[in-house]
Amino acid sequence: MDNAFGQPQNVIVLGGSSDIARAITRKLCAARAHTVVLAGRSQQLLDTAAAEAQEYGATKTDTVIFEATHTTNAGHIVSECFDKVGDRVDLVVVAIGLLANQFEIENDADKVNEMVMVNFAWPVVALAEIRRRLVEQGSGRILVISSVASVRVRRSMYLYAGAKAGLDRLCIGLADSLEGTGVSLQLLRPGVVRSRMTEGQSPVPFTTGVNEVAENVMRGFASGERVIWSPPLLRFVFAVLRHLPAPLYRKITADR
Amino acid sequence: MSTKFTGWGRTSASYATLCEPDSETQIVNEFAIEDDLIPRGLGRSYGDAAQVSGGVVMSNLALRSMGPIDDDGVVTLGAGISIDELLTISIPQGWFVPVTPGTRQVTIGGAVAADVHGKNHHVDGSFGAHVLSMRLVTPRGAWDISPTQDAELFWATTGAMGLTGMITSVTLRLLPIETDQVLVDTERFNTLDGVMASMREGDGAYQYSVAWVDCMTRGAHMGRSILTRATHARTQDVKEATLRAPQASKIVVPFDAPSGLLNPLTVRAFNELWFRSSPKFQQGESQSLTTFFHPLDGVRDWNRLYGKKGFVQYQFCVPDEEHETVVSCIDRLSSSGVASFLAVLKRFGPSNPGLLSFPMPGWTLALDLPVGPSSLPGVLDDLDELVLDAGGRIYLAKDARLAPEKARRMYPRVDDFLAIKERVDPQHQLTSDLARRLHLVGK
Ligand SMILES: Cc1cc2nc3c(=O)[nH]c(=O)nc-3n(C[C@H](O)[C@H](O)[C@H](O)COP(=O)(O)OP(=O)(O)OC[C@H]3O[C@@H](n4cnc5c(N)ncnc54)[C@H](O)[C@@H]3O)c2cc1C
Repeated sequence: MDNAFGQPQNVIVLGGSSDIARAITRKLCAARAHTVVLAGRSQQLLDTAAAEAQEYGATKTDTVIFEATHTTNAGHIVSECFDKVGDRVDLVVVAIGLLANQFEIENDADKVNEMVMVNFAWPVVALAEIRRRLVEQGSGRILVISSVASVRVRRSMYLYAGAKAGLDRLCIGLADSLEGTGVSLQLLRPGVVRSRMTEGQSPVPFTTGVNEVAENVMRGFASGERVIWSPPLLRFVFAVLRHLPAPLYRKITADR
Repeated sequence: MSTKFTGWGRTSASYATLCEPDSETQIVNEFAIEDDLIPRGLGRSYGDAAQVSGGVVMSNLALRSMGPIDDDGVVTLGAGISIDELLTISIPQGWFVPVTPGTRQVTIGGAVAADVHGKNHHVDGSFGAHVLSMRLVTPRGAWDISPTQDAELFWATTGAMGLTGMITSVTLRLLPIETDQVLVDTERFNTLDGVMASMREGDGAYQYSVAWVDCMTRGAHMGRSILTRATHARTQDVKEATLRAPQASKIVVPFDAPSGLLNPLTVRAFNELWFRSSPKFQQGESQSLTTFFHPLDGVRDWNRLYGKKGFVQYQFCVPDEEHETVVSCIDRLSSSGVASFLAVLKRFGPSNPGLLSFPMPGWTLALDLPVGPSSLPGVLDDLDELVLDAGGRIYLAKDARLAPEKARRMYPRVDDFLAIKERVDPQHQLTSDLARRLHLVGK
């Protein structure tokens, strides 16, 4: 069960080997999480993440391998994760994402397909099953990792940001659909985070480390706010940015 | 069809089906068809004891029978009768409840289930000590239990937070009173050591004793306190001996205050004001029962002052010789900067045989803390360690955040409890969010 501070005990992380997911898992385990099921692509990375979870306090960990390139397996993978927890699930983190160099892939239909599948379609189908399971249980929390990039999609990453935007907006409606069920969904919109995914990108204002993001998530769990911004200041930055005229926005985001 | 439930602290909301049985048969039927069930009274426990997400919450509020009070003060009450309702009819007849928590808005069922204590624990023990018998409906049938009839189940149920079944009625011995007043002695202390020494030496002479401690002042005046102690006023002690029923509160908090209203700054200011406005030393002041026992009942829904995020109450007890732990906890809190209103410090007398009952002889400290500061969860986890090291425990009726392995160590008789529960609830149908969170019943 969640406690008064929104600290869960039984946790599933889809995309469990990503740097942000690992930072969140560490914080969760240091608090109250004792059962953690991590799902992802690489057994090796998952094993490392699972070992880390144990080091931070988890008593039971398990892993599930999947590819997010075809939605047909999504429901099944979610079921497998729930079964491996073998108890009530308090939190499901959806941390699936794929970033690529926009300019290299935008003319490649297969690559475009992959971007949309991994960043949008697969998570959506998985969420349907997560939602069904948690509603049946009558409690639980979902954290979907979106991105501030989805708030206003820009030229240099419109495939990634656009797919995330789809997921982000869909989740707002999904969250509404959960009112009165005992289940809740929260969105995390991090700014640029130093991680494997962003290695090599040019530095951007409001860049943070993964631990700071995880800290903001913990606060968000305690307060229950629907959208968790990290750093929190970005809420206000984007309140302005999203309304800038297009030419100006293009200019300030050029080549980023 | 799903109803939202929280405890008084308004954290960890959960949804469940609500049913309000008014007969034993109805309760038996619920047990026959439903899986996860928990009784609920007026929801004055602070955390998640009286809720079970995705299950069935069985309100006791329709169990409203109320027998006459006999010449010895013995009365049989439906579990859903509140202490407020009882006092309304009993005070005019010259009877008071043998034990009352800080609010009248608790049911008799809830009072037994939490084995509540009052300001008189050091002399009179907790609620369970005054229960002559009760009726308990379990998945395996209904039982009349008392300290002499199936004492095992009686003491497994007293303090068990509803996890053995639904109490439907309770036979209780009330306390005779001559007036609706108490005579109060008040004393102000600049240090924690001062107040603790005075309580240790002097509490025995009073039926009621409680100290309010300022947990936000650091340095030399850390833990400055106001000690109030009282005894019931006899007819000859007061100008006019009345026996009036308590009045309903007139002040209501109509909506949630903004989160953050109660912050270190405002709370410190409040504590300062309160400390200065109390007399340094005063003897024999007569106060109404309500003013002395239930000051918070004057404002309805005051929990909304803590805003949407809600608050937690941290209450622990430690053995008598571990008074240093009380000092360390207050020190840790006052230096952590988390806002806390006055804490309540009390001495406990001997415990009763209740397997999950909270009180143990020694000290207990309780304080309210708004959810918000990100340091708070960690600070409280640290306090848990101090309490555990001292051989103490946390009160389940207040808890909303303890870790399961610590709960087990604080309540070492959980396994004995489970063995008895097994007899009346073999499928573990009775469970709650609290029991799940603390791994109390294996489900
Ligand atoms: C302002 C305030 C001051 C307080 N002061 C004190 C104090 O000084 N001392 C103290 O000990 N406590 C104190 N409390 C806590 C309170 O007394 C207990 O939590 C009490 O159990 C609340 O009773 P309730 O009817 O509201 O029960 P609920 O909060 O609804 O339920 C509490 C527990 O009792 C169980 N329960 C309820 N009815 C039944 C039943 N019929 N059969 C079986 N189980 C049942 C529930 O399952 C749950 O586990 C205080 C609370 C508040 C809000």
